[in-house]
Amino acid sequence: MRFGVVRFPGSCDEVDAVLACERVPGASAQLLWHGDPDLHGVDAVVLPGGFSYGDYLRAGAIARFSPVMESVVAFSRAGGLVLGICNGFQVLCEAGLLPGALLPNVERRFICRQVNLEVAQATMPFTADCSAGELLSIPVKHTTGRYYAPPEVLDGLETHGHILLRYAADGNPNGSTNDIAGVRNEAGNVFGLMPHPEHAVDPLTGSVDGLKIFSSMAHAHG
Amino acid sequence: MPTVDQAVALGLTEAEFELIREELGREPNEVELAVFSLMWSEHCAYKHSKKLLRTLPTEGPRLALGPGENAGAVDVGDGWVVAFKVESHNHPSAVEPFQGAATGVGGILRDIFAIGARPIAVLDSLRFGEPDSARSRYLLDHAVAGIGHYGNSIGVPTIGGEVYFEGPYEQNCLVNAMALGLARGDALIRSAAAGVGNALVLFGASTGRDGIGGASVLASAELGEADADKRPTVQVGDPFAEKKLLECSLELLERGLLVALQDLGAAGLSSSSAEMASKGEVGLDIDVARVPLREPGMEPWEIMLSESQERMLCVVEPSRVEEVLAVCAKWEVGGTAIGTVTDTRHLRVFDGDELVGDMLVPALVDDCPLYDLAPEPPAGPLYPAPPRVLAAGVRNSREVLLALLASPNIASRRPLFEQYDSVVQSRTVRRPEQADAAVLALPGGGAIAVSIDGSGRRVACDPYTGAVEAVLECTANLACAGAEPLGLTNCLNFGNPSKPHIAWQLTEAIRGLADACRALDVPVVGGNVSLYNESADGPIYPTPVVGMVGELPDAARAGRSGFTRAGDAVGFAGPFRPRLPGSELAKLRGEALPDGLEEIDVAALRAAQEAIRDAVRAGELSSAHDVAEGGFLVAVAESCLAGGVGATLDLGPVRSDDDLDRILFGESPGAGFVVSGSEEALRRLGENVALDLFGTVGGDALDATCGDVRVTASLAELRASHAALEQLFP
Repeated sequence: MRFGVVRFPGSCDEVDAVLACERVPGASAQLLWHGDPDLHGVDAVVLPGGFSYGDYLRAGAIARFSPVMESVVAFSRAGGLVLGICNGFQVLCEAGLLPGALLPNVERRFICRQVNLEVAQATMPFTADCSAGELLSIPVKHTTGRYYAPPEVLDGLETHGHILLRYAADGNPNGSTNDIAGVRNEAGNVFGLMPHPEHAVDPLTGSVDGLKIFSSMAHAHG
Repeated sequence: MPTVDQAVALGLTEAEFELIREELGREPNEVELAVFSLMWSEHCAYKHSKKLLRTLPTEGPRLALGPGENAGAVDVGDGWVVAFKVESHNHPSAVEPFQGAATGVGGILRDIFAIGARPIAVLDSLRFGEPDSARSRYLLDHAVAGIGHYGNSIGVPTIGGEVYFEGPYEQNCLVNAMALGLARGDALIRSAAAGVGNALVLFGASTGRDGIGGASVLASAELGEADADKRPTVQVGDPFAEKKLLECSLELLERGLLVALQDLGAAGLSSSSAEMASKGEVGLDIDVARVPLREPGMEPWEIMLSESQERMLCVVEPSRVEEVLAVCAKWEVGGTAIGTVTDTRHLRVFDGDELVGDMLVPALVDDCPLYDLAPEPPAGPLYPAPPRVLAAGVRNSREVLLALLASPNIASRRPLFEQYDSVVQSRTVRRPEQADAAVLALPGGGAIAVSIDGSGRRVACDPYTGAVEAVLECTANLACAGAEPLGLTNCLNFGNPSKPHIAWQLTEAIRGLADACRALDVPVVGGNVSLYNESADGPIYPTPVVGMVGELPDAARAGRSGFTRAGDAVGFAGPFRPRLPGSELAKLRGEALPDGLEEIDVAALRAAQEAIRDAVRAGELSSAHDVAEGGFLVAVAESCLAGGVGATLDLGPVRSDDDLDRILFGESPGAGFVVSGSEEALRRLGENVALDLFGTVGGDALDATCGDVRVTASLAELRASHAALEQLFP
């Protein structure tokens, strides 16, 4: 399993994502340059956290026009696994690969906090290594993380089980609708979440629960 | 030709202007006077503090880079070094807190990657007036947002810091930022320009009119009524530009393309070029017409003085210039060759073909007159007694405990530090409120611990002893994390040094720092001085801020401040001699500052701290927490809150009511430690340091008996008081 982690100008967590992917037994990871449309044959793409293009204009709005994003869109249409973390989630929404949008936090401030996430769906390919209802301890850190989708879209997401992760009871840090922390697309191969699983892969730094997202992807790839 | 009046308006004295004319052998022109006025400003030349700073110890076995470069560095083993430095951005923050604080972080980060280290952490040290003033809340809110904006966006974790609220900072807040970087020891780069004929390349953001005069007009004079007019002298930060600049700089270094590297900070191109030429004992020719500008029509002196952020200057061999510019282009960073290294020892400024300034480099860098201070202890109290906030009748220890926990200087900093990314880069082993010092893992399995400390009120009581306490408080925090101190950086925030009592505060505080560093064998690797921190209301509390880096061999055994295990024994260790004068409780009671603090036996404290450190490192303790503001019972409550578990204590008999306050709430900085662990482990610790066993971890309340007095408070009550600062961030 080879992960490719995109590096945009302004990405901050791309190296952390590479380190997290490499913790999965049998997996390797490499950085992909935003200006290079070649995905170099990777098996899955990770869009990392950070502030691509300084989040100027709107979080993720400029990064979606990067040369590499055309290839990521084509890759996802062909069924390739794409994981968007934080800023990566914002980019996926801006690119139309995931429904909905991320709005400024209710308190309108940056918030960095270890939160509990409840696994809403324990399914291939992103959460199969978890069990339904399991709590994952993973940090959030963002200013623009309040998930929003129009009611009819939201109904579809709820009905079809596209919401994979929710903030656990009383732990919604940003005011996301229905406590949504992470959603997948209809085909199931694109997943975006605001919390940072790559920062929960080492007992030394607090938690290993995030590793399950990466290992699920590796298992799905086989 | 500029007149002496213009020179005085730029902050020079008449005598200094005369000296400049002598140095040049003629009248200075506009460019030259502008450059001299910046290079000879307090901010750049340290003319009132340099002689004192020379008394600080700067040698140590683990020193990798001492004072003089953009940042100092210590050896942390396996070929790695940790670079670090603290710097002030007080006056810009008092005038425009968001940008002032943001560019303070940006500036200190550039100092770190200018020596070739990747920035791995930021800490900040903040001082504001009492939070019941609207101005303090405005400054706090915007300064914290500015620090977060810059650090979060650039991907460097903000892992710790401190904040105090005291009346004398009402007008003149303090914003000190400390940064750390990690590098291979053999990959550090110097700033000395070298190689006659080599190219000088300016890269990063373009140059505008922002920040002109920031160092001379703003940082080297007292704050006054017209400060709103000085807002244009505050620089504007762009963390996205700096993120690209950082990655670009590190790639240039990794590819071995640079001879020398320097950041542009205070006094912009003038200062960085003069410093590079001075260190390399060479000259530089600069053509300002080649500098990419943000706006047309900028004068040569404006280009030389601009403090536009996110710019770097490097020296490159002519054959490598193309490669350097290609790396800049890859990172979408502007890069332009603007000059040449010469053997003239002159800094010559050209505007195209026209020579518009010609100055001898040593005259700019070395010949600024240094001034002796005329210290005199003040005849009477300098600072008014703080306003009483705890009613005279409150003697009940439980009420005092809850009031102290809610005091702005003690209450939880969570509403502040949650605005900072503390986990990016995957090194953060201990985040804020998990331990007394932040802990970062190193590549080889070891770790470093970092702390920043300095209570201005204590230094106002006694500049010498207060400064010693600041160092000991810092080493105590490191000890609780299990770390041995390797090096110290300081930021000396004081008032106007031409006033004898301020000169006395500064002189005594530096004497205290020097003595403490020598007694603890900790070298000073660098620092910063910020003077003229005064307003119409008077001077700030004298505030030496001390930042320290220590190492621990095993990251997995980093200490924690919170009780973790029900059933653990609770002990109290150290040569603790609590006193109420100058304490947080005395402040809440509106008591005047005492004239002097209790003398400290530094050797005894050092021995106690080493015993705590060794026990933490050996994995013997469940928790270790040093007793700071609020005294013993506050420290126990903090350990309960950090661990989410209560404790039951029996402190034994006491003599009188007054004695009880002193025992429970008296302070003795760096001398006392609340520890928990198995009874056997604590008894073993007691063989190396004075230790009393008097309680057990467990339950959901703090329950302390002292003679016939019993103090009980549930965790929920403690938490509610401790969360007092949340009201400031609705």
